[in-house]
This record gives sequence, C-alpha cells and structure tokens, in this order.
Amino acid sequence: MSAVRVIAGYALQEAVRRRVFSVVLWLTTLFMALYGLALWQVFKRVADIHPPNGIEPRPFAGATVFGLSMFATMFLGVVLGVFLTLGVVGGDAERGLLQPLLVRPVSRTQLLLGRLVAAVAVCTVYVACVYTILLLMTGLIGGWWPDRIALPAVELAAGVATVAALSLLGSVFLSATANGIAVFIVFGAGLVAGLLGSIGEALGSGTLKTAAHVASWALPFEALYQDGLAKITEHTAGFASFILKLGPFGGAHAAGPLLGVWIAGYVLVVSALALAGFTRRDL
Amino acid sequence: MGLRTLAGMPPALSVQALEKRYDGVQALAGVDLVVEEGELVGLLGPNGAGKSTLVKIACGLVRPTSGAVEICGAPPTSADARRALGYLAELFRFPGWYSADELLSLHQRLAGSDGDRAERAELLRLVGLDEAADRSIDTMSKGMQQRLGIAQALIGSPRLLLLDEPTSALDPAGRRTVRTLLEELRGRGVAVMLNSHLLSEVELVCDRVAIISRGKFVAEGSPEELSHARGVEIETGSGMHSFPDAEREDAPRLVADLVARGESVYEVRILRTSLEESYLEVVEDTQE
Ligand SMILES: Nc1ncnc2c1ncn2[C@@H]1O[C@H](COP(=O)(O)OP(=O)(O)O)[C@@H](O)[C@H]1O
Ligand SMILES: [Mg+2]
Repeated sequence: MSAVRVIAGYALQEAVRRRVFSVVLWLTTLFMALYGLALWQVFKRVADIHPPNGIEPRPFAGATVFGLSMFATMFLGVVLGVFLTLGVVGGDAERGLLQPLLVRPVSRTQLLLGRLVAAVAVCTVYVACVYTILLLMTGLIGGWWPDRIALPAVELAAGVATVAALSLLGSVFLSATANGIAVFIVFGAGLVAGLLGSIGEALGSGTLKTAAHVASWALPFEALYQDGLAKITEHTAGFASFILKLGPFGGAHAAGPLLGVWIAGYVLVVSALALAGFTRRDL
Repeated sequence: MGLRTLAGMPPALSVQALEKRYDGVQALAGVDLVVEEGELVGLLGPNGAGKSTLVKIACGLVRPTSGAVEICGAPPTSADARRALGYLAELFRFPGWYSADELLSLHQRLAGSDGDRAERAELLRLVGLDEAADRSIDTMSKGMQQRLGIAQALIGSPRLLLLDEPTSALDPAGRRTVRTLLEELRGRGVAVMLNSHLLSEVELVCDRVAIISRGKFVAEGSPEELSHARGVEIETGSGMHSFPDAEREDAPRLVADLVARGESVYEVRILRTSLEESYLEVVEDTQE
C-alpha cells in the first residue's frame, strides 16, 4: 500500500510542477467569468422569459443555465483527468520515465492504482469546488437552487473518474498523443449519444431514444450526466417531462439505482483490462 | 554453466537458456550466464545484439519467451529481486521538474531504503554531483543526468547493478569517474553487469567479458583470455602453414612434426590479437 501512496504522491507532484493545474485553473476562471455574465444577463430580464406549460420563469432559466454549467464542469474535469492519465504507461515508457520506477519493488498493479487514485482524487476535489462555486453563483445571482444539491456533483465526479479510467486504459496501448485523441473521441461519442437522444425525444422516435440510451450506458459518464440533470429538477412538478430532456449534450434522464452498481463494475472492468494489458507489455 | 552457488549463496544473476522473440525478431536465442557476488561482467556486442533485452528481462521489464532468470535466487518480478537490484537504462529520462536530491529521495521511498539525507549526499558525492543536489534535472547536461542515473541505481545498496551503456554521454573524465566507482563497488562485493559497445572501457574494468552477437554468446572469458586469441603460423620452405586452434605451448610440437616431414622452418609466429580484433572477428563471423 505504501508504494501506491508514493506513486500517487509522485503523480500529484508531477501535476503541480508541470503546470497542468495552472492551465486548467485559467480555463476554469475564464469559464466562471463568462458564466457569471450569462447569469446576470438572463436573470436581469427573467420576467420577460415565457416558458410554456405554466412553468415558472425562474426555475426554468435557472435549471437550463445550471444544467449547461454542469456540462462545462464535467468537460473541464475531463480535460484535467485526461491530462493526468493520458501518458501514464505508453507515453512515459516511450520517454523512459516509467522504467526506473518499475524496477523498484513496485508492482504494475500498484503503479496503475497509484495513478488512478491520484487522478480521481484531484478530479473529485476539482469538480466539487467548481460545482460549489457555480451553484453559489446561480443561487446568489439568479435566486434559484437545484432540488438536489450533492448528488449531481457526485455524479459529475464519478463521470470524470470513468473517463480517467478509460484514459489510463488507453495509455496502456497507445502513445500519449494517440491516447489523448482517442479519449476525446470516446468522450465526444458520449455527447453525440446524448444529442441523438434529444433528437429522438423531439421527433418522438423510439429507436433513436433506445440507441441513445444504450450508448449512454456503454459510455456511462453520459448516463451520469443525464441523471445529474434529472436530479436538479427532481421535485419540480411538470419539469422533467419538458425542457431539460432536450439538452444539447443529452437531456435529463433518471437512471435509477442500478447506475451506481454499473459504474463501479465498469471502472473495475476497465481497470482490470488496463492491468491485463500492462502486465503483458514489454517496456 | 548452470546454477552455481558460492558457499550456499545464490549468484547475483543467473540466466538459463533465455530466449526472447519480439514479433518476428529473435532478440535472444538461448543465453546462459552467471554473475557471482562482487563480479564485474562486461556484455559486449554490436547494436541490436540483444544486450538491452537481456538486461530488461533481468529487471522484469520485458517478459522472456522461454528460459529462466534469477536475481539473488528470486524471480525478476518479485519484490525481493527488486530490492537487490539497481538499474540504469540505456534510454532513460528522469522527471525534469525534480531536483537531483528529490529524485533520489523518491527512489529511496520506492525502494524502501532507510537511507536518509546522508545516503543521498554520499551517492551524489560518489558520482561527482555534490554541488548539484538542488539543481533541477531540466537544467542538467545529458552527462550529468547519466551520473545522476548511476547514483539513482545505487540507492538502497543493491547487490547487483545492471548498467546499460552507462557512459554513452560521458566525457573521458566522466568515464574515469565511473570506472573508479565500479572498482570501488567491486571492492564492496557488489556484482555489476555492464553493457557496452566501448571495448576499451570493458577491457579496463571487467573481470569477465561475454561477447554477444545476434542473440547468442559467441565468446566469453577474461579480457586477457579474449585478447590473447590463439593461433600459430609457421613459415616453411613450402609456404605458410597456419594452425588457428593451436596455442603457444603447441609450437614446439608443430615445428617438430614439420621438421620430421622434411620441411625447413623459417619462422614461427604466435598470433595474439587485441580484444578489439578478437571482438571484431567473432562478431563478424556471426554477422555473415
Ligand atoms: N520492443 C521491441 N519490439 C521489437 N523488437 C525489438 C524491441 N526491442 C528490441 N527489439 C529488437 O531486438 C533486437 C535486440 O535489441 P537490443 O536488445 O536493444 O540490442 P542491443 O542493446 O544489443 O543494441 C534488435 O533487433 C531490436 O531491433
Ligand atoms: Mg542496447
């Protein structure tokens, strides 16, 4: 276990010294400034918004804007998580950084685990901070609070952790650049699945909805995001049946209690595949 | 050679019938080798001969296709083997954002070495980097990084040191520092396997040299044995007779035989080759 801790500490030090954090922090600050501006604009004239079906304008505007900000939170978290994991095996092995670590009494399992733990810890703290700040901004500027506060944040963090695990898996087989591209393609595929679901919803196409639903579980960061969206208006009457189902990157979809089990199993299988590939790999 | 033991101690490194095939490439084609405690063995061979592959299998970085390797009696991927081992790769890089001292400290923690600041200072002094302890690796020359790499390999007082071309980036003074260091380590009973294609280096420090070509050992012995390759040439009235397998001790008998057959002997030459010549000879033979 102590080897896992040393590797995780090394990964954190690497992230800090290589300025991964400062890049992401700059992007985050920029996004928050824009979000604040958007909030101010939207809620300045919230009375002029006329949502259909007798929904109140304030929850309508709040949920829509906050739903989008949740997507941005997950996206920025994914950028961070991928930065932290994309070269862990292939990239570092090619550069000769990995070999000196692995001839120490550190197993390949411990190395992967240390790296995953570090990435998940960093991303979880990051997502929690960003989510909290955006929540406070929405509440204080817009006067709207989501129905469920903590669970959507947990789901976003879990979504980011899933992508980090996928990126670690990719790093076993691909060079850093190829892996970075591959992971963002997979992430993009999840978003496309969400978009298809929204289109299916708008057109009333059952086939499209089913395909999108299956895809969102195959790439479960998308299912997590959609479930998080559903949670923010969980108790708002008439809401779930309407507008948030049409989010640009996937609408709100309550996933049910099985999602947590599915995610745990998914990350476990992805990690096991990564380990199996890593064990067979000559360095 | 098989497994020998010295006073019941397993050898620092033992390699038996080792084969490695990368897809399509036979990197090692059945190799046996034993390195005893405190022995300094040089592995010589042209590029692509399989030197690095052998060392990487010994540190558990590469999986052998068949055959067996033991480090102090333990399989290479075991924690026991790793604790007994120090390694410097041919193509290594250390995190540029670390200082020399921080790198050594990381490896102390990974190796579970109880050595503290004193061990790090001592190792940096051994490789002539005592002034550079707080310097970031980014700002070090390749030669300094290679010396730091040797210090890193010595963390935790390993019983076996595997050095893959450890002086490729060093100037003559740096090479000399490393030679002196290797001699000191041998004095302390550390076993060393040194990969190199620099004959002079190997000739100067190694107790034993193994020459590898196309994944096979083609010659083995002390530098003297290898550099005094055998062969006798005798010039007679009927021309030159050469006896490539003969040694100095055979010369009187060979001359007597020729004289008995009625030849007149004009000159006898005992052929001695330098290590370089015998190296080129055995390597070229197998490269044909
Ligand atoms: N990862 C690898 N994949 C495929 N072939 C390899 C790999 N590593 C080494 N080889 C091949 O194995 C042979 C031996 O290489 P190596 O052990 O690096 O030789 P040396 O260190 O003596 O120069 C070479 O032909 C090399 O091309
Ligand atoms: Mg080599």
